[in-house]
Parts: sequence; C-alpha cells; structure tokens
Amino acid sequence: MTSDLQDLYQEVILDHNRRPRNFRALDNSGRPGTGAPGSGDAAPGAARIRKVEAHNPLCGDRLTVYLRVEDDVIKEAAFQGVGCAISKASASLMTDSVKGKTLAEVEALFERFHRAVTAPPDAPIEDLGKLSALTGVRQFPVRVKCATLAWYALRAAAEARDEVVSTE
Amino acid sequence: MNHQPARVPAAPAIRRGQSAIHMPQAALDVAAIRRDFPILHELVRGKPLAYLDNAATTQKPQIVIDRLTRYYVEENANVHRGVHWLSERATDAYEEARATVQRFLNASQPGEIVFVRGTTEGINLVAATYGRVHVGAGDEIVISTMEHHSNIVPWQRLCEEKGATLRVIPISDAGELDLEAYEKLLNGRTRIVSVVHVSNALGTINPVEEIVRLAHARGIPVLVDGAQAVAHMKVDVQALGCDFYVLSGHKMFAPTGIGALYATSPLLEAMPPYQSGGDMIRSVTFERTLYNTPPHKFEAGTPDIAGAIALGTAIEYLTAVGYDSIAAHEHELLEYGTRALSQVPGVVLMGTAKKKAAVISFVVDGVHAHDVGTILDTAGVAIRTGHHCCQPLMHRLGVPATARASLALYNMREEIDALVAALARVHEVFA
Repeated sequence: MTSDLQDLYQEVILDHNRRPRNFRALDNSGRPGTGAPGSGDAAPGAARIRKVEAHNPLCGDRLTVYLRVEDDVIKEAAFQGVGCAISKASASLMTDSVKGKTLAEVEALFERFHRAVTAPPDAPIEDLGKLSALTGVRQFPVRVKCATLAWYALRAAAEARDEVVSTE
Repeated sequence: MNHQPARVPAAPAIRRGQSAIHMPQAALDVAAIRRDFPILHELVRGKPLAYLDNAATTQKPQIVIDRLTRYYVEENANVHRGVHWLSERATDAYEEARATVQRFLNASQPGEIVFVRGTTEGINLVAATYGRVHVGAGDEIVISTMEHHSNIVPWQRLCEEKGATLRVIPISDAGELDLEAYEKLLNGRTRIVSVVHVSNALGTINPVEEIVRLAHARGIPVLVDGAQAVAHMKVDVQALGCDFYVLSGHKMFAPTGIGALYATSPLLEAMPPYQSGGDMIRSVTFERTLYNTPPHKFEAGTPDIAGAIALGTAIEYLTAVGYDSIAAHEHELLEYGTRALSQVPGVVLMGTAKKKAAVISFVVDGVHAHDVGTILDTAGVAIRTGHHCCQPLMHRLGVPATARASLALYNMREEIDALVAALARVHEVFA
C-alpha cells in the first residue's frame, strides 16, 4: 500500500468503518430507539432530540446526526445513514468525541477539525486525539467533503438549525 | 499540422465514398491509436495512467487538438457576419463541420443539425421549444428508469410548468427496458418519448428502433439521447427513425462545450426559437422580429466555432479508424473485463444486459464505491464512482453508488489487468 493510502485508511478509521460507534437513531423517549416519528413519548420537560440530515450531492451519501442536548451540554450523540469509510468513520469518531461537551465547545471543535482536514498536505497536524486520523484526506482533496459531511450536520444541530445541510 | 491518424495509412481508401461495412476488419492497432492521444502517456502519481472513465469524457487525439489551434492561428473570425475573407473562411469551416455531423448521423440535410453545447443543452432545447408548444395539462411524457439526470429534469420541469405527468419505463434487474410495460405506458395523452440510446451507468444498448416504432404507431415523437452511443457505434438517425437525436462532442474525442441536436426539418421549421439574440434573426425592428431559418434560428449568439470545427475533425478521425474495428475491439475488451472482474472476490457486476456497450459497472461487497475509486486512483487507474447522475437508477438497483469502468478505442487489456490488480488492494485495505 502507498503511504498516502496508509495515511488515509488508518487502522482507527477502518475500525470505526467496520464497527461504527453510536450508529443508531435517538428519539425523545431518552432510550435508544428507531427515530421514527412518534416513537417514544417525550417526558414533560425532557430535552428534545435535535436531528439534522447531511447530504453530499456529489456521491449521494446521506447521514443523519442526532443530538440530545440538556442545559447546553451534549448528553448523547448518534448517527445513521449510508456513506463511504471516511464519512462513516468521521461520524463515528465525531459522535464519540462530542459527548459531554458544551455547545460552545462543539462549535470550537468544528472549527479546529475543519481547519485540520482542509490544511495543505504538508502543514503540521494539530493534535485532535483520535480525530487526527482523519487528516489523511489532505492528500485526497476530493475526499475532504466525506470527512466533513457529518460535522456540518453536527454544527447545524448544535445551533438548533432545523435544516438539511449539504456539502455543496 | 496535417497530422493523420497513425494507424490507418490505408484508411483514405475505405474512407471516401464506399462503406467499410463489407470489408474484412483489420484488428485495431491500439499501440498506434494510443500514440494519437498525448494524454495517455501522462504518469499519475508516478504510475502509467489507465484511463477507464470514457463515459464521463473521452481524451482528445492530437489531430483534434491541432485543429483547434489551427483555427485560432489561421482562421479565427465570427461566422455569418463579415464580408471579409477571414469571416468567410471561418463560416465555411463551421458549416462544413455541420455537414460532417449530418453525414455522420445520416441526416438528410445539414439544416437538420443544430450546434449546441452538448447533450444537456440539446434536451433542454427540445423541452423548452417543442415541449412547451405540445405538452399541456394532463398530458404525459415518457422516459425510462435508466435516464441520466439531464434526460429527467428538463421534462420534470416542463411537467411542473404545464401540469403534465412524467411516466417512467421500468427496467429488469439485468438493466434492460421492459418493452411490454413501455407499450402500455403509451396512450392518447403521451406527447413525447425521450430515452437513452446507451446507458451511461450500465452500458445497456436500448432497442431504439423498436421504441420508435411503437411510439410512431401512435403518432408520438421520440428523442434519443445519444451521448454514450456515438463514440462506440455507427448511428443512422434515418434507420433509427427517431425525431430528435442529441450528442456531446466531448464524449467522442472532440472538445467540451460543443454538441449537436438532430431534428427532422418539419419539426425544426415548426419549433419556436430557443434562446434569442444575434444570428437567429432575419430582421429586427422594435415592433417585430422575423426569425432566421433552421438551424440558425436555434443558434443565438456567437457559437463555439472552433469546437464545432474540431468536432468535425473528431468525426473524421473516428470514421477513418472505422466503427467495425472499434466495436470489435471494445467488445473484446468488455468480454475480457467482465470475465476478469467477475472472478474478483466480492465484486458484483451491475447491468448485465444482453446488448451492452463497453461499460462495466460494479460494487465491491462491503466497500463504498468512493473508497474503491480512491484506492484505484493511487494505482493510476481512473474510473468513475458515484451515482453517475442517475440517482433514480441507483435507487432502482438498491445501491447508493457504483464503480464504473468505461472503455474506449484506445484501452488495452493491460489496463483492465491494472484495474483488477488495484482491486486486490481494496481487499488488502478493507480485509
């Protein structure tokens, strides 16, 4: 395998692609559920689930990101959808990394992540923990959108924007 | 300047006048053809390029590139305008290119060829002119499941505008049109049928003559999207019997930005103009404008003169090589590639129609097409991955995307071998 490919498909990415974490829908019952409308009864005062769909028109990939937010803190994050190894691993790593973070921290993390994956290939890699594994896309500019797809949905959900986001 | 295709020293003998159909077909000298296409000698990430993305766009032979240059060096002027020598020369070359397209498609006269930017513009032109006039509320337009977005969206918009309905011919799992279902879709409200000649995503060659026959029996006109056909097979619009035929130059070794619409003379005469402006008029006053005759009525503004002339050159190149040899070579490659890919573990071929052009669409079990594409790219193998602008077809096939190798006259077995070898890396990575 060439070194560029090794950088792109690092073991952590292949692992998250094979076994995506938090790969489920969230509903307002507070229990893991199907996310179907009307499934689960929202307890009075319970946090509403924020749900944003992300779409990459280039390849037809679609991901849905779910957040359970209480007092501006992300209590739970999950996703569902179809995508390539990069977009799936990115969503999986992302949902793992934002749990327990405040909305402001998530916004800042979005910026840092976005900077890291869109930097020139030879720029130093900022330490983002496991998320740094995704910086291999720098060598493959057309794959950057795969890595950022779920993150655009995350940001929209954090800002409580009820919309479908798109990479285009 | 007078670069001739390298592998056909004897070509002019079979080129002018007589048909090559009954001549014994010499095997294509692929090595010589490859010398005509400079880009094929580029290295990709240090590796030889295996260009297997010809359904997206084809590469250009030196003779086409030189023709573009020669136009700008020796002939550039606006057409149909000046009385000066250069303008006359440019006009002659431009109109000669139209006649070349006419002979190529076997249209009955040059006036039946309208230069457009490409297939997309050709279909939009017909939808916006013929369609607007003839489609009304409650009417129906028939397309098929395997259409490119460019043969879906213009009709969809027309339907929205007019309150008409889009009807869709279903396909089999192999990727063949269901002709029985098609016939049942045709009725007194059907205003036009618009189908693809060769599917860009699957390679299926559709039975256009039969489609036209069934529609014409009910007085319904047919548009054929020929974008993927013209580089691979001889097209005769009179034999097909279609009313409209559209093609893109860049998919047949000509530059991007030029294409052609064929329509029969009575249709063009009756159709209202498309865009309006210079060149499409006969006289203009502030009260009233008289339009030019076809095809000029549909060519507002300065056209892509150099592109049209170079399209003519690409057609001459293709004709000199000979469609029988091209088809035989591509068919052999298709069989070789189909055999090779079906032996790769985890590869599932999509589109197994009995009549196919050299397109091999596939998915790799458990691996997304984009990941396949990236890994192949690092081996110098250029294929297309994604939905191929056929999202409804992907939906029908139950996949988000496919990987697609699409072949042309300059491809070789070695490039298919490179594709297969690169697929082994996909397994290495995703084992």
